[in-house]
Order: sequence, then C-alpha cells, then structure tokens
Amino acid sequence: MERVETQPGTSLWKDAWKRLRRNRLALAALVFLSILVVAVIIGPALITATLGYTYDSTPADQSLVKSMPPSWAHLMGTDDQGRDMLARVVQGGRISLMVGIIATIVSLLVGVTYGAIAGYMGGRVDNVMMRIVDIIYSIPYILIVIVLLSFFGGANTPGWIAWLSGSMGGAGNQGLSQIFLLFFALGLVSWLTMARVIRGQILSLKNQEFVTAARATGVSTPGIIFRHLIPNALGPVIVYATLTIPSVMLTEAFLSFLGLGVQAPYASWGSLADQGIKNLAIFPWQLIFPGVTMALTLFSLNFLGDGLRDALDPQTRKF
Amino acid sequence: MLRFVLRRLLIIIPMALLVITLTWALIRLAPGNFYTGDKKLPAAVEATIRAKYGLDKEWYEQYGMMMANIVRGDFGDSLKYPGQTVNEIIARHLPYSATLGILAYLLALLIGLTAGTTAALKQNSSFDYGSMSVAMLGLSVPSFVLGPILVILFSFGLHLFPPARWGGPLSLVLPVLTLSAIYAAYIARLTRAGMLEVMRSDYIRTARAKGLDEKTILLRHALKGGIIPVVSFTGPALAALLAGTVVVEKIYALPGLGDIFIKAVLNRDEPLILGIVAFLSILIMIFNLIVDIAYGYLDPRIRYE
Repeated sequence: MERVETQPGTSLWKDAWKRLRRNRLALAALVFLSILVVAVIIGPALITATLGYTYDSTPADQSLVKSMPPSWAHLMGTDDQGRDMLARVVQGGRISLMVGIIATIVSLLVGVTYGAIAGYMGGRVDNVMMRIVDIIYSIPYILIVIVLLSFFGGANTPGWIAWLSGSMGGAGNQGLSQIFLLFFALGLVSWLTMARVIRGQILSLKNQEFVTAARATGVSTPGIIFRHLIPNALGPVIVYATLTIPSVMLTEAFLSFLGLGVQAPYASWGSLADQGIKNLAIFPWQLIFPGVTMALTLFSLNFLGDGLRDALDPQTRKF
Repeated sequence: MLRFVLRRLLIIIPMALLVITLTWALIRLAPGNFYTGDKKLPAAVEATIRAKYGLDKEWYEQYGMMMANIVRGDFGDSLKYPGQTVNEIIARHLPYSATLGILAYLLALLIGLTAGTTAALKQNSSFDYGSMSVAMLGLSVPSFVLGPILVILFSFGLHLFPPARWGGPLSLVLPVLTLSAIYAAYIARLTRAGMLEVMRSDYIRTARAKGLDEKTILLRHALKGGIIPVVSFTGPALAALLAGTVVVEKIYALPGLGDIFIKAVLNRDEPLILGIVAFLSILIMIFNLIVDIAYGYLDPRIRYE
C-alpha cells in the first residue's frame, strides 16, 4: 500500500508568525519593545540596587546647580532637582506603557462589544449605533478630555476611581487615582475606530456557514457573538490594538505635557518632557532622553503594528 | 444633494447643543466653584457672588437661561477677564491658531501628496523605502520632542528663526513645521496606499488603452481616486489638529485659542470653556460636511440619499 504524505496542518497564527519573522524591521521593533518592557519592570529596582537611588531621590549635597550632564554616575544626567534621569525615564516608561496598554484594553472591551453587536444585529440597530459613532467622531474629544481631567483630577477624583486605585494598593494616593482617571478618559474616547473595524469584520463573517450552523444548533445570540464571531475577527483586532497603544501613549504624553495628565510624584515621558522643556536651552538632555526614548517606543509600536497587519491580514495588505 | 446638505446643516445644531450640555454637565458635576480659591470666602461675599452669577437659582433654571443665550449666539462675559465677552476673546485669539493650523495642513498636504504619489509610482525603489521610513518617524516623534529639536538646531544653532513668540512670518516657520510633520507623514502613507490601489484598477487600464499619456492619467484620473483616503482623513485630522495646536502654542509661547482654552479650563472660566468648545465643535462639523460633499466629486459612485 502506498504511503500518503501528509502535510502538517498550519494555522493562521503559525502562518502569521512565519510572515512576521521575514519582516526584519517588525522583528527589530519586537526585540526593542521586549527589552523595554523588561527594563521598565525590573529597571527601577535594578538601579536602586546597583546605584543606590530611586526616581525620586535627591542628592545630599546642596550645590547650587543640580542639573548634571550625562556622566558615568548618571548615564542620562540629572534633572533640575538633581534626580537621576535614567531612573526617571525608566519609571516614566512604566507609567506611559501602563497607560497605553490599559487604556487600549478599555477601548478594546468597549469597541469590540459595541461593534460586534452593531454588526451582528444589522438593520435599524446597526444604523442607529453607527450613527452614534459618527456623531461622537465629530466631537473634539480632546477638549472634553482636558475638561474631564482638570475638573475630576487631583482632589476631585470620583469616589469609584479612588476606590479602584485604593484596592490596587494606592489608598489615598492622589497621583495614582489621577493615573486611573487617565485609563478611563483615554480608553473611553479611543474605542470608536475599533468599533468600526470590528463591525466591518462581523458583517463579512455573519453570513458564513459556521454561524448558520451555530444558530441551527441553538446557540444564543450572545453566544454566537462572543464565542463564534469575535474569535474569528481577532486578527484585525490585534493589529488595531497594536496601533492604538502608540496613539493613546501620544495623547497621554500630550496631556501630561500640558500638565493635566500624570501628576507628581509620578512621572511619565510626557510630564518629563514638560519639565525638560523649561531648561531646554541650558540642559537639553532633560528633554532629549525622555523624548527620544518615547519616540523610539512609538516608532517600534507603529512598525510592529504595520508588520502584524501584513502578517495577519494579507488581503488588506497595501502592496 | 441640496437636501443632503440642508439636513446635515440642521443636524449640526442639536449636536452642538449636545456637546455644550455635556461639557456644562462635566463642569457642574465637578466639586468646587470658580470663585473658591485658597482662602475661604465670608458667607455674605459668597452669597453676593452666587446671586450675581445666578448660581442661587435651580440648576434647570440656570441651564435654561444659559442655553437661551447661547442659542442667540451670546456666551456672556468671561469670568476671569471681566468686561470681555467670550465672543471677543475667541475672535481675538482665533486668527493665530487658524493661521497656524491652515498653513500646517497645507504644508502637510503638499509634502504628503508629493511624497506619497512619488513613492507609489516608484514602488519598492529606494525613494519609496526612504520616504516611508521618514513618514514612520514623523508618526512616532511627538511634537513636543520635534519642536525643541528644531529650536535647538535652527534657533540656537543656526540663528535662522526666532525660538518662540509671535512676530512676523519668520516666527511661523518652526511652529508650522512642528505641527505639520505628523500630518505630512500620515498623508504620505495614505496617498501611497490609495495610489497603489488605484493604479491597478480597471479604469486606469482603460485610460492607458485609450492611449492617454502617463501624466494625464496620473493627474486627471488616478489622483482623484487615490486621494479619497486622504480626504476622509481630513475629518479626524482636524480634531487632532486642535490638540496639536494646543501643544505647539505652548512650545512656542503663541497666543492662540488652544493656549486660551487651557487657561480657561485651569481657571474654571465656564462661559469661555463652553464658548470655545461650541465654536470648535461647529467648525469641525462644518468641515466634516465639506469633506462628505467632496467625496461625491472625487468618486462618482458615491451618491447622497
């Protein structure tokens, strides 16, 4: 009897990984981001252990000029209070990345649910839901976020956000509840495009046989949407989420740069840049290091997002 | 077509009122008041202030009175700049932001369309890779990093342009460059993608078959379809341009509307906040309408109900 050569099965994800590996730039971006994530997780503790200072420790000697240029003791120099910039940039990266990732998750939850329901329901429900998205699109949301942050920030943080941040170990900590407020403010304004992307996906999926089969076997509507449709639309969701993170981080940096986002004692790349710009003419490193680190991170995230799109979604690939 | 425009114009009114209501509610729901400062006011003084600004009435009365005035186009006086109406303040500071925004977007269009089209026509050439890498960089460098770098290079280093403040066309160069970078990058990417798709489409093949020369095909046929993604980007871009101008105005110490808005929010200057939010929302909605009308000219397949 003749042996039949069987081709090992290949999944969407294996295929995508193969395509992504061929994209050198996206791979370099992935490596950079991995190093960055490790750095912001263990960096602050490592610096304290080896060099002995934290992002908030000021030097003991009371010299008049505290801004030191980069040296072996302070690789990125110090800020105008003598605090080590490397420690601050690493700590700021922790906050910036956290805001970017968590706000993106919030926007994912809202956008995916909204878009999937609109797409699956279709007809009038879809019409009304997408008109609402159109309407919100034309609101200059940044103005409303600015109002929201400045009026509900600091001592005015709503109780439930303070509670949430308290339950994460930051009870009575205003700086931390401000960061939690940022998660929600940014997440709640960045779900619109996600909803549109998902709706488009669901529209093209919902008339396929597996959905008819699910319906025939008596799966409920929420079951079809969440168990059958959304998992099949995950590719574009992941791509879009990767591209949402840099845009959210940029907005956070804008807000912190304007003094409305992350508040002292915490720092993000945006608020570090805000402090740095005051001394730009004399101590340029105070802006250059956080700024360039942030630019490199956004650059990598954008490249990775582009690479993932080519890998996961070859049809929409723009040649 | 006329009905479509009229209907969309009419929708702007309730939407603007909705945005105003939302902003008003946010301001009012927040604890505190515009007159509460560091020191506690005597009760009599507080009562006088509340009576003067109508804060002693029920909230729905205050809301009704405010809305009645706003519908007539009157946002009242600023709280922090007494004796100046909100409309005057907006009229005074808008020209700075508008000049900045319009010049930046035009520059972005010029750079983006040229680079994107060239990259698409010479796909996979070194120009294509080079310009798209620069575009990616433009997307990733925040304006508050780009701005200072430009200042260090061109003001402190080469002494070509003033580092900050408004005064003459030279002072506009760096702010406009800073603001336009991210849009130029976006437009270049969108144009390249759009053009690549259009150049492969049937109607371009037909045009070639008719014997038209490449220049006519590009300018009269392809560009029209290729820039549709750019046109649809204009809506969100305008909203983002607002945020951009706020930051650029801070970097270069320009007296624009964004700067005034941040100050108004920090001062809790309610009429001024509402006035600026309403004004900018209506502006964006009108621009979005123009964009939608432009679609119809660019792509004859799009029809308005």
